[in-house]
Amino acid sequence: MSAGAAKRPSRLRRLPLLLAVVAALTALLLPNAAGAVSGLRTELNEIESEVMCPVCGTLLELAESPQATREKAFIEKLVKQGQSKDEIKEALVAQYGDAVLAEPKGSGFSLSAYVVPIIAFVVAVILLAFAVWKWRKAAGKREDRHPEVEGPSDEDRQRLDDDLARYDL
Amino acid sequence: MFGVVRVRSVIAVLIAVAVVAFLVYGLVSKGNSRLAMGAKAPSPELPKLTGSGDGSLNEYRGQWVLVNFWASWCIPCRDEAPALAKFQEEHGGKHFTVVGIDTQDISDDGVKFAKEYGITYPLLHDGNGDSAHEFGTTGVPENYLLEPNGKLAWAEYGPVDGKILEEHVAPLLPPEKTS
Repeated sequence: MSAGAAKRPSRLRRLPLLLAVVAALTALLLPNAAGAVSGLRTELNEIESEVMCPVCGTLLELAESPQATREKAFIEKLVKQGQSKDEIKEALVAQYGDAVLAEPKGSGFSLSAYVVPIIAFVVAVILLAFAVWKWRKAAGKREDRHPEVEGPSDEDRQRLDDDLARYDL
Repeated sequence: MFGVVRVRSVIAVLIAVAVVAFLVYGLVSKGNSRLAMGAKAPSPELPKLTGSGDGSLNEYRGQWVLVNFWASWCIPCRDEAPALAKFQEEHGGKHFTVVGIDTQDISDDGVKFAKEYGITYPLLHDGNGDSAHEFGTTGVPENYLLEPNGKLAWAEYGPVDGKILEEHVAPLLPPEKTS
């Protein structure tokens, strides 16, 4: 028997071990890869729901225009680079301006988007309270002008009874 | 009593006028009317697409300027780009230049586009589209020819090609090309 023939069975014996190692590594790596893809998709979807497609005037997640497609590709590139959501939003603002954000920033003129509705609500409540107070006051005055009609006094009642008794005669 | 009623009426009218004025302002500020022929074109400061710093159409006063609004994601812009590049090669110089304004586009995409089509004329980046809005554009591409004093002489609200440029723009330019 030659030396080569002696080696062949030894290699064959190692083959199942090699396959097992490959299978184990695949089993370990595949879920991670799937998880990474799923995480990337989640982050993309999250950002796309918080920014606008400037040309379409709708949320990016609802837009299918050529501009939206490029914007989505831009976001995907930054997500793959490992940038955070805030960093990606900043990059989008640098490209398209503040209008790309679906929710206005909480500073500068954009702050008015949050403050004005609150002020309007407070003013409306004050006006409503004032109106209710005025109506109640006006209703009180009307009651003063038209006091409830009271029944006849005991004296009048007695006189009425006396008259009725007299007519009965 | 009459005085109180009168004051209330005045306040009610003032509130109504304020509400109507607010609505009208909203409509006017949202709507964009096209730049009229002979009207002076706006010239906001915009970042240069290639290179650093800002640029403005004001820098080209004294020259005829063909302002081309475009974006890399716009297919008709791709169709017209070679004609504009060629027109700049043939007519660009001391008296005339094309100025491209890349609007609502990612600057890297714009730079790639410029390289792809061999664009040599000045390019500005109008990321938020405000400059295009000031011109009253309704989309891309749109082309506006400005006189040396910055007034609008001609416009094409869509893509141009070599024939359009030679028929409508070239005859308005000074005869000599001075590079």
